[in-house]
Amino acid sequence: MSLPEEDVRHVARLARLFVTDDEVALFAPQLNAILGYAEQVAEVAADDVEPMVHPFAPADVARDDIPSPSLSRDAILAGAPAVEQMRFAVPRIVAEEG
Amino acid sequence: MARELTDHTAHELAVLLTDGTVSAREVTDAHLERIATFDGVDTSSGVWHRDDNTGSNDTAIHAFLHVLADAARDTADEIDAKRARGETLPAFAGVPVAIKDVLTWPGSPTTCGSRMLANWNPPYQATVVTRLIDAGLIPLGTTNMDEFAMGSSTENSAFGPTRNPFDVACVPGGSSGGSAAAVAARFAPFSVGTDTGGSIRQPAAFTGIVGTKPTYGTVSRYGLVAFASSLDQAGPFARTVADTAALHDIMRGHDPRDSTSITQAAPAFPAATTDLSGVTIGVISELVTDGFSPDVLARFNDTCQALSSRGATLIDVSLPHAPYGLAAYYLIAPSEASSNLARFDGVRYGLRVDADTAEEMNAHTRSEGFGTEVKRRIMIGTHALSSGYYDAYYLQASKVRTLIARDFSNAFTHVDALLSPTTPSTAFRFGEKTADPIAMYLSDVATVPASLAGIPAMSLPIGIGDDGMPVGVQIMAPLLRDDVLYRVAYAIEQTPLIPTGPRAVAEVNA
Repeated sequence: MSLPEEDVRHVARLARLFVTDDEVALFAPQLNAILGYAEQVAEVAADDVEPMVHPFAPADVARDDIPSPSLSRDAILAGAPAVEQMRFAVPRIVAEEG
Repeated sequence: MARELTDHTAHELAVLLTDGTVSAREVTDAHLERIATFDGVDTSSGVWHRDDNTGSNDTAIHAFLHVLADAARDTADEIDAKRARGETLPAFAGVPVAIKDVLTWPGSPTTCGSRMLANWNPPYQATVVTRLIDAGLIPLGTTNMDEFAMGSSTENSAFGPTRNPFDVACVPGGSSGGSAAAVAARFAPFSVGTDTGGSIRQPAAFTGIVGTKPTYGTVSRYGLVAFASSLDQAGPFARTVADTAALHDIMRGHDPRDSTSITQAAPAFPAATTDLSGVTIGVISELVTDGFSPDVLARFNDTCQALSSRGATLIDVSLPHAPYGLAAYYLIAPSEASSNLARFDGVRYGLRVDADTAEEMNAHTRSEGFGTEVKRRIMIGTHALSSGYYDAYYLQASKVRTLIARDFSNAFTHVDALLSPTTPSTAFRFGEKTADPIAMYLSDVATVPASLAGIPAMSLPIGIGDDGMPVGVQIMAPLLRDDVLYRVAYAIEQTPLIPTGPRAVAEVNA
């Protein structure tokens, strides 16, 4: 099954990637080749097989409920690209009312 | 010619350090000097960072991205002072180590070979790094890698590729190519890599050294920047089997900070032995085919004969689903990557490219921050997980994964260990596979099945191919039986198969 350029743009949008026309032209045949190769998995009869998500089947993991120090707010914010009033600063998310 | 300090194994250095023949400072300085000469690094003082494409026209190895020379010298001096006071120190205290730039280490940026994290200083330390430091090892710096560990050549690093110390026209493999090259070039006797589908074993094979991917869950992933969480595992590189086992032992152990870290105890690693009486080893028929180059197969057959001569029983074993491993891997790993790398959104850490809206800021940040291969894998993963495709791609691949793990379990009812060549060919040249993603992915065809099953696997050198480049053999063992890898590896290592060790970098540069 092939992924036309239009779908490449759609997938890029889902993945929050801005792609140029040149990148779409580069990626479309490559993604099709990779998916074409990967589609070999369809040859395997596996209808009644449980999927494996992890080498060990882990039970729910909960550590003992003992308070321990966490990272300081300053240490966390030191790595952020933009900080305002001790918070992560981002561009406007909700448009202003007309 | 007298042996330099940098020619010694970690075990040899440990003896010299313990009996006071050399100081940790002398050992550290000797390695920093070699790095300065052959890696294109200024180690005279302070902290050194590799810039984009530094020295792309020279013949330096480019194993390191960051070298913390002052910190390394200070740590060495502290160890020497403790020893002078008569304190009891861990066995390898004072031995240098290099760390793949994907494990967080406050004090050094952790870039993952990506522009996205070029200036990111992590606020917390990976458990593996803590264990190295607690063992008295001296971290010299962090090593180059394919961006976010996606690649098989280090050509996907945003900071330029690493060169193979055997032949600087060839890739060192990847994604842990910097760590492998650092050990092969004698910049450090120990280094740490990570392996998701072969990223320790393939570069070990390409650079003529030993590297192990431990059983999944036995080495903490806390502080390992995630690529594919159900596959990622950190592991050791060294030039001998004993050194590799020693570093592996330092790294492993349960960590309450990693919910996938297992609590089951694993057997202790064996002492060096060459007697394999009573050991049955299976050769995986599906991974010894004409898809592998003739010189690789010739060295592999020599190795099988050597194992027989050590008393092992060799039998052919079929893993019928192994040929589907690579296809399943290239759906599962990108799917997990597309989810893990969603965190790089320009908000909390790393790069931000400003834009008017949050969504445009996200998209432009990710487009400028990620390289081509990372974008390709994110898109494959996004597609494989998207509505309407999930069952055919991700779910079916996860079922194939079950069948591959079952093939291994069945095989291990008959054999103690399994064997295959590590890679289909020896190290390739720069640019040879960059235009064709699938050709690059095929480098991992033999290593991916063990990754999917979670079992331990290692690569060790078994001689030189027709092109003068190293050939590696892969040993695989049942879950938690990493000890079996070392038992078989000791027997191979003690057989004179390797005409020469890694050529001295000095020779290459002369």
